[in-house]
Amino acid sequence: MGIISRGFRGRRRDSTRQLPPGQYLTKDFPVLSAGPTPRVPLDTWEFAVTTELGDSHRWSWTELMALPAESITVDIHCVTRWSKLDTDWRGVSIDTLLADVETEADFAMVHSYGGYTTNLPLEDLLDGHAWVAYQYDGEDLPSAHGGPARMLVPHLYFWKSAKWVRGIELMLQDSPGFWEQLGYHDYGDPWREQRYQGD
Amino acid sequence: MARAAVSGGLKVRRTWRPAVVLERRQETPSASTLSLDVPGWTGHLAGQHVDIRLTAPDGYQAARSYSLAAPEDGDRIEITVQAVPDGEVSTYLVGDAQSGDSVEVRGPVGGWFVWRPESSGPVLLVAGGSGVVPLMAMIRSRDRVSQAPFRLIYSVREPKDRIYDHELRRRAAEDGGLDVTFVYTRAAPDGETRPVGRISLDDLVSHSWPAEVEPTCYVCGPTGFVEAVADLLIFMGHDPTKIKTERFGPSGP
Repeated sequence: MGIISRGFRGRRRDSTRQLPPGQYLTKDFPVLSAGPTPRVPLDTWEFAVTTELGDSHRWSWTELMALPAESITVDIHCVTRWSKLDTDWRGVSIDTLLADVETEADFAMVHSYGGYTTNLPLEDLLDGHAWVAYQYDGEDLPSAHGGPARMLVPHLYFWKSAKWVRGIELMLQDSPGFWEQLGYHDYGDPWREQRYQGD
Repeated sequence: MARAAVSGGLKVRRTWRPAVVLERRQETPSASTLSLDVPGWTGHLAGQHVDIRLTAPDGYQAARSYSLAAPEDGDRIEITVQAVPDGEVSTYLVGDAQSGDSVEVRGPVGGWFVWRPESSGPVLLVAGGSGVVPLMAMIRSRDRVSQAPFRLIYSVREPKDRIYDHELRRRAAEDGGLDVTFVYTRAAPDGETRPVGRISLDDLVSHSWPAEVEPTCYVCGPTGFVEAVADLLIFMGHDPTKIKTERFGPSGP
């Protein structure tokens, strides 16, 4: 237990659902980004998976829309301490996108329009754990929240769910992404409170 | 390169440290500055923030992030906190905390939205509401060593919401390298010629730097404000990679 702050009582959670340590519940959807919001026209939008050998697999927006989509309801947890329960998304499973990709890679770097990157173990993107999402709450994903399409990796802190996603680079060796180079945790499990390097 | 922002290893910076409130100063009807004594503080850069943790007698804890308001000063740090309606940490810090009270501090955090005094290039600061806090840390840091020219455009609803009002005016009057422009969205003081309203392209063209000067731009405030300003700066031709943003969500810290 920490040092008691005189006169502080705090508000207890108004939910019976358990949140990861250090998180509080919000019903809003805060926006966090390091720079301006890129505006990506759909007719030039492209998503690419690149393997460690340099082979690439590409999808246009029309091709992405033609892939089987899933509806996803998940809790999301931001490293700035807000959590939001039961958010509704629609998107394409990464399993679908990687189905025909041949790779020996264990790691992935997700790249975004605007230059943002974030790294993850490849297995965290597989087996129904991650999606390229293009709808939120039944509507097209707004650009401030990462539209036209963003990653959705809800079991990790939300900075791993890169906005404005443009591709996944498969890597044999791990390498830090944007926030990870700036001191945030390489993995980012909210339930183990892996906010910063060393947590 | 950007990895190690300040001295003090990661292990030191992620440890919760006991801190004591030295002073609480009211800045506006809803914002206060707290000076904290944090023994063993390892220093920070302007623009970085800290996590503040409060603990209730029954062990319940709540933590939030707040921007540092002042440059490095030994074991003393300052944060300026805007009370958020229903905010369990901010209302305590703004209204209840007194000199001698205990809190815990962890940090500094954030190596991206920072300004380093050794950089000499022109700087544009655009603040919405309490978004001025990390930008004020940059202005105060600049004062010590740097000759980098700064321009601040500060949007508030009405005059009483201006944080650091007197200090900003004094610094702008004394220092030819610092320009400060206030923009009022709801009510302006007597003598203000600009009509009230949200920050516009006109405001940025009149009071910021032309894109050719290639300033580093720091934009901080509520989400809608930051989105609007960043879009205008790009429209003006500023390089998106030189626009650094920090947004407060609708339920932010």
